[in-house]
Amino acid sequence: MMVRFFSALGAPLLGFVQYLGELILLAGDTFRSIFTHRLRWKLFLNQVVEIGLLSQVLVIITGGFTGAVFSAQAFFQFNKLGMGSAVGAVVSVSLCRELAPVLTALMVAGRVGAAMSAEIGTMKVTEQIDALRALAVYPVDYLVVPRTLAMIVSMPLLVAECIAFGVVAGYFVAVYLLDVNGPYYVANMVRWTRPRDIIMAMTKACVFAVLIVFISCHKGLTAREGAVGVGRATTEAVVNSSLAVLIVNFFLTMGLNIIFPAGHQ
Amino acid sequence: MIEAPPSPEPQMKSRLDSDNSAPMIAVRSLKKKIGQQEILCGIDLEVRDGETLVLIGRSGGGKTVLLKHMIGLLEPDSGEILIHGQSIIGMNERQLGVIREKVGILFQSGALFDSMTVEDNIAFPLREAGERDPEVLHAKVVEMLEVMEMEGQEEKMPESLSGGMRKRVGLARAIIRRPSCVLYDEPTAGLDPMVADSINRVIRRLQTHFGITSLVVTHDMKSAFDVADRIAYLHEGRVYFHGTPSELQKSKDRLIQDFLLGRSEGRADCL
Repeated sequence: MMVRFFSALGAPLLGFVQYLGELILLAGDTFRSIFTHRLRWKLFLNQVVEIGLLSQVLVIITGGFTGAVFSAQAFFQFNKLGMGSAVGAVVSVSLCRELAPVLTALMVAGRVGAAMSAEIGTMKVTEQIDALRALAVYPVDYLVVPRTLAMIVSMPLLVAECIAFGVVAGYFVAVYLLDVNGPYYVANMVRWTRPRDIIMAMTKACVFAVLIVFISCHKGLTAREGAVGVGRATTEAVVNSSLAVLIVNFFLTMGLNIIFPAGHQ
Repeated sequence: MIEAPPSPEPQMKSRLDSDNSAPMIAVRSLKKKIGQQEILCGIDLEVRDGETLVLIGRSGGGKTVLLKHMIGLLEPDSGEILIHGQSIIGMNERQLGVIREKVGILFQSGALFDSMTVEDNIAFPLREAGERDPEVLHAKVVEMLEVMEMEGQEEKMPESLSGGMRKRVGLARAIIRRPSCVLYDEPTAGLDPMVADSINRVIRRLQTHFGITSLVVTHDMKSAFDVADRIAYLHEGRVYFHGTPSELQKSKDRLIQDFLLGRSEGRADCL
């Protein structure tokens, strides 16, 4: 029975290890290319626009409404204990350390990750990637490097924007709708939110950016079987990126909390 | 396997004999399995400098697979491919880049970059080689479009081009950096006879004006006879025949005659 169990487990496990290996090789190839080959600035800037600029509305709405609802929920609980003005600190620290990086990453995985895998996947099944290779252009240099750098530049900015709009929305809900004292709200927020919380947010943003870009580009580069294959690659890119963000976030939180412990000290 | 006697026509002979150097492309005992199917079962083939070799054979016979091996887009299970005497087996993508500057390829679909205009597609190899001057780029694109008889189409997007135009733009992109050799994958497939003829003329012109070596994969026998210096017939993963077009036409072999005349009687495997 144990043999059957392990043999049933074997193929998916091997497949998973192979998948991880391919991702690591792609990442290695990309970072080697970043440091050893010229950057295509035009493609990089196009991707910054695509990833950073065109995700603004999505991130603003995500951050704003998350901050607003979190502020309201925190107030409903804290007000019973007479700690209504502590809501600002809770909203701000939570947004920095968890909510903004994770929710922004999930939104970017859905919008940008899907677009990346669909675009690269379509290029793969229509022989455009082969055409690149035949024209002596290495696809990793041309397709993956600009996207990776653009994600690493854009994600921290998007996360910062998400935090900012979350804090502002939380303030408006708490102060203007729930009658929390404004100066106390701000004073508590400033007192309890430390630079280490911002550093944690930015670190997570960079890690999630790398996860999303490699998972999505890899799915595109390995797409097969025409339109169905591209559709499958796109779905898998979004699902795998989102799961990776959630799983890695747990380990990042535990690890980073040792370096940047939470709370005022 | 049928080996044709070495008796090329006088006009053909002078063209072929002018080159005594190492072959442009040499394929030795090439084998490739895809899944459980053996596609190439030991191919031996040479493409000499300056000649046009046409590769014919049944659909699914491995012609395109062989073509993709020659430029390193696929890796064989065993065997060797030499480009001007240099083996490309085991080379990584960056090392193959040097080889691919010498050998261009026209894909069956054209494989144009669908987010770029015709001009950007054709200028792409030059831009990647470091040419930045827009006037130089434009002048070279216009020159290539003239060679392809497609003047004034610079601003069109690939989706608005016909099949023949896509192939000509793909060809312009493949040759703009003047490779020594161009591989054509079904250059006339799906085109009307007049457009097909214009592609054949372009292939011929590239050989006569620029001395480009060509390997053409096709089913179109008119096209094959129009452009070929030599013809190789691929059957069941092996080179079944190679010789001049006239030798192919004179062949009494049943299999070749059936292929030339498009006879399928008694061949259930054609379905």
